[in-house]
Amino acid sequence: MTTITGNWDDGAQVIDLTRSPASMRAHNVSAWFGNHKVLERVSLDISAHQVTALIGPSGCGKSTFLRILNRMHELVPSASLAGTVLLDGEDIYRGPKPVTDIRRQIGMVFQKPNPFPAMSIADNVLSGLRLSGTRLHGRSAHAVVQQSLERAGLWNEVRRRLSEPGGALSGGQQQRLCIARALAVEPRVLLMDEPCSALDPTSTGVIEETMAHIAHDVTIVIVTHNMQQAQRVSQQCAFFLATHDTPGYIVESGPTEQMFSEPEDPRTRDYVHGRFG
Amino acid sequence: MSQTITPPSAPPQALQDDEIRVKIRRFDRADAAALGACALSAFCLDWLVYERLTPLSGGLGFWICWYAAFLLMYGFVAREQRGPLAAKDRVASVVMASTGIVVVVALSFVLGYVVFRGYHALRTNFFTQTQEFTGPLSKATDGGGAHAIIGTIEEVGLATLICVPLGVLSAVFLNEVGGRMARPLRTLVDAMSAVPSILAGLFIYVALNLSLGLHFSGFLAALALSILMLPTVTRAAEVVLRLVPGGLREGALALGGTEWRVSRMVVLPTARIGLVTAVILGIARVVGETAPLIFTAFGNPKTNANPFSGAQQALPLMIWQLYKQPLAGPVQRAWTAAFVLVIIVLALFLIARVIGGRGPGHVGFVRRRLNDRRNRVQ
Amino acid sequence: MRALEVNALGFTWRSLFCHICRLESLGPVVATRMKGRNYVSSSVEDIREERLEIRVSRPPADRVYRAVARSAGAVTLVVMGLIFLFLLLRSWPALRDARWSFLTESKWNPDAHQFGIFALMILTFEIAIVALTIAVPVSIATALYITEYAPRAVRRPLTSLVDLLAAVPSIVFGLWGRAYLEPRMVNLSKWLARHLGFIPIFKVTTNTFAGSTFIAGVVVSLMVIPICTAVIREVFSQAPPGEKEGALALGGTRWGMIRAVVLPFGRGGIIGGSMLGLGRALGETIAVALIISPITDKTIHIIQGGGNSIAALIANRFFESSPFAQRALMAAGLALFVVTLLVNAGASAIVSRSRSGAATEI
Ligand SMILES: Nc1ncnc2c1ncn2[C@@H]1O[C@H](COP(=O)(O)OP(=O)(O)OP(=O)(O)O)[C@@H](O)[C@H]1O
Ligand SMILES: [Mg+2]
Repeated sequence: MTTITGNWDDGAQVIDLTRSPASMRAHNVSAWFGNHKVLERVSLDISAHQVTALIGPSGCGKSTFLRILNRMHELVPSASLAGTVLLDGEDIYRGPKPVTDIRRQIGMVFQKPNPFPAMSIADNVLSGLRLSGTRLHGRSAHAVVQQSLERAGLWNEVRRRLSEPGGALSGGQQQRLCIARALAVEPRVLLMDEPCSALDPTSTGVIEETMAHIAHDVTIVIVTHNMQQAQRVSQQCAFFLATHDTPGYIVESGPTEQMFSEPEDPRTRDYVHGRFG
Repeated sequence: MSQTITPPSAPPQALQDDEIRVKIRRFDRADAAALGACALSAFCLDWLVYERLTPLSGGLGFWICWYAAFLLMYGFVAREQRGPLAAKDRVASVVMASTGIVVVVALSFVLGYVVFRGYHALRTNFFTQTQEFTGPLSKATDGGGAHAIIGTIEEVGLATLICVPLGVLSAVFLNEVGGRMARPLRTLVDAMSAVPSILAGLFIYVALNLSLGLHFSGFLAALALSILMLPTVTRAAEVVLRLVPGGLREGALALGGTEWRVSRMVVLPTARIGLVTAVILGIARVVGETAPLIFTAFGNPKTNANPFSGAQQALPLMIWQLYKQPLAGPVQRAWTAAFVLVIIVLALFLIARVIGGRGPGHVGFVRRRLNDRRNRVQ
Repeated sequence: MRALEVNALGFTWRSLFCHICRLESLGPVVATRMKGRNYVSSSVEDIREERLEIRVSRPPADRVYRAVARSAGAVTLVVMGLIFLFLLLRSWPALRDARWSFLTESKWNPDAHQFGIFALMILTFEIAIVALTIAVPVSIATALYITEYAPRAVRRPLTSLVDLLAAVPSIVFGLWGRAYLEPRMVNLSKWLARHLGFIPIFKVTTNTFAGSTFIAGVVVSLMVIPICTAVIREVFSQAPPGEKEGALALGGTRWGMIRAVVLPFGRGGIIGGSMLGLGRALGETIAVALIISPITDKTIHIIQGGGNSIAALIANRFFESSPFAQRALMAAGLALFVVTLLVNAGASAIVSRSRSGAATEI
C-alpha cells in the first residue's frame, strides 16, 4: 500500500496515511427490507487502488450492497442486515467509530445527481468538510475547491462561475460536482451507484476519465448496467444475480478481464454477452 | 483466476436462522446514562445556585434555568465523549425532542383542561334546555345550550351551503379553467384567509345592517362565517384537484369530451373524497369563531330556529357572553359549552380524517347504492 | 430574448403588456436566461416567425361552465373589494375628522374628537411580536421533531394531533389562558420584573401584572403554534430525500443534514407559516379580549398589566359607542385590514421566490 501518490495534475503530493485508499471486505452479508430478504450471504473483497464493478440485472441488490458498505442502508426504516463489513480490517458496524466518521471515509455518489441547490458551486464542494466540522476560509478553501473540481474534471467548465448555485449546472456537470464534493473530504473509498445512467455519452466519457484519474488515490466501487463501461473502467468485477423469489447473491467475482473473456459460470457468460433472461 | 461462489439455485433456507442481524443503535445505554446524569446534576446545581446562593425564586424560572443548565452540561459531556460535532447533534436532538414533546403535551393539556372544567357540569338538559329562564344566580347545571347548538348548526350549515359551491367552483377555476387570472386570484384567496375574523363580522354588519337595514340574524352570521370559510375550502379543494393526475384529464379530453363533461364526470368524482375533507376542514375552522358573531347573530337566550329573522345564539358566542359575567354559575356554564364545542370540533376532525384517509377512488355506501340502482334501470 | 424582441418591434404599450404577461408565464426559464449572457441570440428570423394562433370554438356548455367558474372566482375579488370599500365609506367621516393625526395620535377618545391608531397599533404588534417570538422557534423545533426526530410510528399521529390542535377555536385558548395560565404567568412576570427589570421591556412602573400584553402574547402564541407547525411541518416533510441522503453520505450528522438541506429548503415554509401566524396574531380578537386589561395608551412595558389590540377594542367597545365612535372603530378596523393585507402580500412575495414556495399553503 503506497503512501505517496501522484496528484494527477500538479505534481506529487504527500497524502496522509489515514487518507490513503483502503481495502474493504464484506463477509456473509445478508440484507432485509422488513421480512423480505434481498441479499444472501454476499462476500466480496475490494482491493485498494482498484476499481471494482458490480454488475447484474435490475433488482438483484447491487444498490443495497453498496449502501451497506457505507452504512446508508440503515437509513431505510425497515432495513436490517447481517454479516460483517471491514474497512482495512476494522468492522464498520461493530467498531467504536461513529457512523459519521465511516461515511466520511467511504464517500458515495448517487444515481441521480444531488447537489445542494441552495449553495453555490464552491460551497457545494466545501459542504462535506463543513458537515464534518472543518471550516475553511480564503486561500485554503479556494485551494480545496480548485483541487477537488480539477480531480472531478469540472474545474475548467465552472472556474468562472463558482458562486452560481449548484443547481444551475447540466446533469453531467452536476454529477461531477457531486464527485468533487465527495472527493473534497478525501475519502478512502468512493462508492458510485450508476453514476452515468442519467447522462449522455460525452458526460459519461468525462466521468470515466475522472474515475481513471482518481483511481490512484481512492478505491472505487461502481455499480453499472453498462458492460462496456464495466470493462473500460474496472479491474475487478462481481456479478450479482437474484432469481425470482430468492435474494440476490454473487455468482462470480474476479478480475474484470477474466470475467468477460472466460467466465466460469455459464450465467455470467450469458449476462456479460447480453444473452440474459 | 476467478473464484466462483456457487450457491445452490435455492439459497440455503436451513442456514437462515443462524444469521445474527446487526443491531444499530443511535442511542445506547451510555447516552441514556449521560442524559440522566446531566439532568440530575443540572437539577442539583440549579437548586444550589437558584435557591441558595442567589436571591432568585419562582417556579417557572427555576425550570427555565434548569433546562438551560442541563443543555449546557449535556453539551459539555457529549463534547468530551464524542467531539464538538456530535455534541452539537446531540444537543440539537435533545432540544427538538424536548420542544416537540412539551408543545404536544402543553396543547393537549389545554384541551384536557377544558374537558376537566366542563364535563362535570354537563347534564342531558344541556341539549334540551335554553338559557331563557336562567339568570346569573342560577345553578351551574341549570338551563342548557340547545338554542346555541341549533343556532350553530344553522349558521354553519348555511355558511357551508354558500361556500361549498363557491369554493369548489373557485378551485375549479384556479385549477381547470385557469388562465391569466389564476395567479392573482390565488394570491387574493391567500389574502382573504388572513382577514381577521372580527372584520368579517364588522363588514357584514356595516354592509347589510347599517347600509341595507337587515337586522341581526343567523343568516348574517352565516354570511360572515362564509367569508372566513371560503378561502379555506377553496385552497383545500384546489390542493385536492391538483392531485388528480393530469393524464386522467387529458385522457378524457382525448376521447373527445368537452371540458365541462370532463370536469363533471372525471375530475370532480375522482377528487370527491378529498373535496368532502376540504369542506369538513372548512367547517372545523369556522364552527368555533366567536368574533364575527358578535356583530351578526348578536346572541339570544331563547331558541330562535329561524335563521332569517331575529337574533340567534351560537355556542362560541354563548361561551363568550356567559364567561364575561363574573359569577360562578354562568362561568361554569361557559366551560360546559366550551367542552361541547371542543367535542364538536374533535368529531368534525375525526370524520374528516376517516373520510380523507380512504383515499381517492373509494366508493362510499350511498354512492354504491345509487350506482347500483342506475345500472339496474339501464 | 423576448425583451429584445419588444425593442426591435418598436412596441406599443399593449404589446409590451402582453409580452410581460408571457414573460411571467415563462417564469424561471427566462429569468435564468436573462441573468446569463446568452440572450443575444435573438435574431431577425426570430421576429418574423409567425406563430400559429389557435382559436378554440368551445361548445356552449363549455362556455357556460367557464363563465360560472370564472364568476365564482370573481366572488373572492368582489368580497375583498367590498370589505375595503364599505369600511372606508363608513369610517370616512371619522377619518376626515381626524385627518393625518389618525396615524400619529395615541389617545383613543373619539367622542372628544381626539383619536388615532398609533398606540393601538403598537400594542397590537407587541402582542403579535411576543406571540411570534415564542411561536416561530418552537414551531420550527416541533416541525423538525415530527419530521426528522420522532420515532416513525408516532409521526402520523403527531401530525394529526397538530392539525387537530390548529382547528381548536380561539375562545378555548382564551378561556384556558384566563383561568389557568394567567395566575401562573403573573408569577413569571414578577420574576422577570424583579430579575430582568433593567431591560426596558421588562420594566414595570405599576404593581399590576395581570392582563398584560406579555400574557396575551403567550396565550396567542399557544394558539398560533399548531397553525405554524402544521404549515412548516408540511414543507419540511417535502425536503428532497436525495439531498438529505447526500448530506448524510458526506459524513454529516443529522443536525448537519438539517442545516444543509432541510432548513434551506423549508425557508419558504418557515416564512409562510410565520406570516400566517403573524396574521392570526394581529387579528386575534377573543383570546386577547378575554385576557387583556384594556388600556389605550402606548407602553413598551410588556409585562405590566394593561394592553389592547385593535380587534379586541372593536369587540369590547363597539356596541357601547356613540355612532361617531363606531365610525372611529371602523377606521381602526380598516387600518387592521390594510396591515394584514400588507403582511400577507409581503409573505407571498418572499415565499414565491423561495424553493419550497410552490408547496407552501399560506
Ligand atoms: N426501500 C426499499 N424497501 C423495500 N424494498 C426495497 C427497497 N429498496 C430496494 N428494495 C428491494 O430490494 C431489492 C434490491 O434492490 P436494489 O435497489 O438493491 O437493486 P439493484 O440491483 O440496485 O437494481 P437496479 O439495477 O434496478 O438499481 C429489490 O427487490 C427491491 O425491490
Ligand atoms: Mg440500483
